[in-house]
Amino acid sequence: MWRYLTPVAAFLVLGALFAYALVRIQDGKLDPREIKSPLLGKAAPAFVLPTVADTARQFDSASLKGHPYVVNVWGTWCPSCREEHSALLVIARRAGIPFIGIDWKDDNALAQQYLGQLGNPYTETVADAEGRVAIDWGVYGAPETFLVGADGRVLVKYAGALTEAVWAEKFAPHLQGGG
Amino acid sequence: MIPELGTFALLIALVMTLLQAVLGLVGAHRQDAAWMRATTSITRGVFAFVLLAFLILVHAFITHDYSIEYVAHNSNNELPLMYRIAAVWGAHEGSLLLWVFILSTWSLLVSQFSKGLPDTFRARVLGTLGLVGFGFLAFTVFTSSPFARNFPVPTDGADLNPILQDPALAAHPPMLYMGYVGTSVAFAFAVAAMLSGRMDASWSRWTRPWTVAAWMCLTIGITLGSWWAYYELGWGGWWFWDPVENASFMPWLASTALIHSLAVTEKRGLFRNWTLLLAIFAFSLSLLGTFLVRSGVLVSVHSFAADPQRGLFVLGLLLAFIVGSLTLYAIRAPSLQSEGGFAPVSRESFLLLNNALLVAAAGLILLGTLWPLVMDVFELGKISVGPPYFNTVFLVPMLPLIALVGVGMHATWKRASYAGKGRTLAGFAIGGLVLGALVAFGCYGSYGVPLTIIGFGGGFFLMASSLWQPVQRALRRQTQSRAALGMAVAHFGIGLFVIGVSGVASYKIEKDVSMGPGDSTSIAGYDFRFLSTNDAVGPNYLAREAHVAISHGGQPVTELTTQKRQFKVQSNAMTHAGIAVAWNRDLFVALGDDLGAGKWSLRLQYKPLVRYIWLGGVCMGLGGLLAMLDRRYRRGVDAVPDTDAVAGEG
Repeated sequence: MWRYLTPVAAFLVLGALFAYALVRIQDGKLDPREIKSPLLGKAAPAFVLPTVADTARQFDSASLKGHPYVVNVWGTWCPSCREEHSALLVIARRAGIPFIGIDWKDDNALAQQYLGQLGNPYTETVADAEGRVAIDWGVYGAPETFLVGADGRVLVKYAGALTEAVWAEKFAPHLQGGG
Repeated sequence: MIPELGTFALLIALVMTLLQAVLGLVGAHRQDAAWMRATTSITRGVFAFVLLAFLILVHAFITHDYSIEYVAHNSNNELPLMYRIAAVWGAHEGSLLLWVFILSTWSLLVSQFSKGLPDTFRARVLGTLGLVGFGFLAFTVFTSSPFARNFPVPTDGADLNPILQDPALAAHPPMLYMGYVGTSVAFAFAVAAMLSGRMDASWSRWTRPWTVAAWMCLTIGITLGSWWAYYELGWGGWWFWDPVENASFMPWLASTALIHSLAVTEKRGLFRNWTLLLAIFAFSLSLLGTFLVRSGVLVSVHSFAADPQRGLFVLGLLLAFIVGSLTLYAIRAPSLQSEGGFAPVSRESFLLLNNALLVAAAGLILLGTLWPLVMDVFELGKISVGPPYFNTVFLVPMLPLIALVGVGMHATWKRASYAGKGRTLAGFAIGGLVLGALVAFGCYGSYGVPLTIIGFGGGFFLMASSLWQPVQRALRRQTQSRAALGMAVAHFGIGLFVIGVSGVASYKIEKDVSMGPGDSTSIAGYDFRFLSTNDAVGPNYLAREAHVAISHGGQPVTELTTQKRQFKVQSNAMTHAGIAVAWNRDLFVALGDDLGAGKWSLRLQYKPLVRYIWLGGVCMGLGGLLAMLDRRYRRGVDAVPDTDAVAGEG
């Protein structure tokens, strides 16, 4: 009799694993979709790009040295960016650190219009028309948001629309004290 | 109003499946003839109401009824009619309705074509299917209604995921689900056998055609999926060991093992417990696939929107069915011990090895599929298990299996003697290897990878060994059963498949290049010349189109067009590859990004023998079709005396 119970026992183990996984997903402790950026803990990629406001002017990321800052990759073509925009306005105002927008593979005129209409959360917005800088940052979809520490290392990467809850949970803890 | 009718139809069907289960299972237990008769009628009623719900959803898509949330999320005014219909199963809710619809179709077919079965047995089978239907209808109605309303009603929809807008993909899910869900029939037969405590040769004869039918659908469904991935994803790969692909492949391996072990159970009354267990496994793996795809525990390109709540519901179903049936198995199996034995070299022993190897492959694939989850759950790090693992754990059991199939097909039951056959088979094997080496060096000018010649040789051996018996019988003008012919065709298909895989794996050439108009690049002796680019307009997308002329030794071969499509609503870009097909190779051109200055990135590929992969799959399916139409499965026809034991029915 006992040996005939092996299959059911084996399956119960499997079922317990699944149940545990689901419970952890529900509690927000497990996210199978989360992909840890290889950039975490490494130096943030440097870039020099024209600004959206005035394409004749170049912005150099070296000017941010010594302070924590946020990099947000967006585009007017990206619906989730529109979704996170209002949250971004609030977060950027409260955080009090530079928010650099990288306008990814976008039309500059559209980008100016977009920021004019919806409000501009960014300290500076640069145009990455060809997407070269986004490649350096390992961006695979917009929006993506990075937090870079005062030492120039990437502390957080978040893919998807930012909300105040996400900010409070993942970003804010890194800014206490030092920020 | 009409969508509410859809919900209403599903609710009626839900209640009816419960009746189907209770009347069937309890009626059989109480030997109540009226209850058991009612089960059959109710099964038809369930089908009618699920069909109604399904048609209502199809109608909503055709008429752009965006007041239904599901339609608004998965359709668009500009979406062509064909894809509006395919969009019905384009996301979670609708595909679940398709699941339920196909289950009710299988149940209807079982109720129609089971007149020859004892009443009690039929009632138990339909009752079990009713229970499965009840579970999945409840899942649909309570967590995933496709008829949920949307307010305010948008004027246009969010469009179907562009990746799904393809003819092969419109047909792939229904076919795959026919296979997936079809395993529930074998499962129901197994449960009925365990409930009655009776499992004889006629049980296997009843179960076999249904199992083969489901297996055939699964085979064709997987083949279609592989073909689609090849030309639509733009990478030119035909199998990615993605968790969702694995989810369809594991039930395939289990049902392949099952159709073989059923043969032994029918002919010799052996492997009874094992056959029951395999029937449960095949269905469990199908359910597991449903769980993995819909719960969000694994990451995959195909998975539906993750929702742990739904995941818990499916997990509950999974536990109920699998734990229930395996417990029943633990209770009944000891009394269903097989009698009789067989010699170490016999058809039985070959089929036993076949089963062991197939199940080992399925188990190792399951391990690889779930391992990232185990690591993630216990915070041991994020890993992904990729092709190197899967290729190895699949090849190791499959290589000996190819040899076993070729030899085992000609074994007789109980004790096999290879007198008069051994020499021919050895000839086939040596001939196959020689031919394989000739093809490798003669056609492709190199040894390839270490397994190339073994792959080619094994493929040729298998094809020759499969054809041997049918050709011999045809020459002698002897009749042969469809089952025997089906087995030969299916095994011939494996041969084709193995040759295709060996060819592509060993000699494919892929090159990513940057080209502008006028540039040319050469691979495998073919010159690819970039002609021009222009804009193109599709019904719901804009595209950049590139034209590439291909010549071989100065002779023009063909001109290919490849597109990069930008869908209007969902802004993702899709690559539509240009492919030139010939009997011995595919030439594949996919347009990449605009690199500026008139240059484009292009992926050029030379894929020798790649068509044989899918041709092999189609052949296997065809073999299944032949086998399932064998005369002796038909109502009123008694078992044909076992005259062709040698050709047998695998």
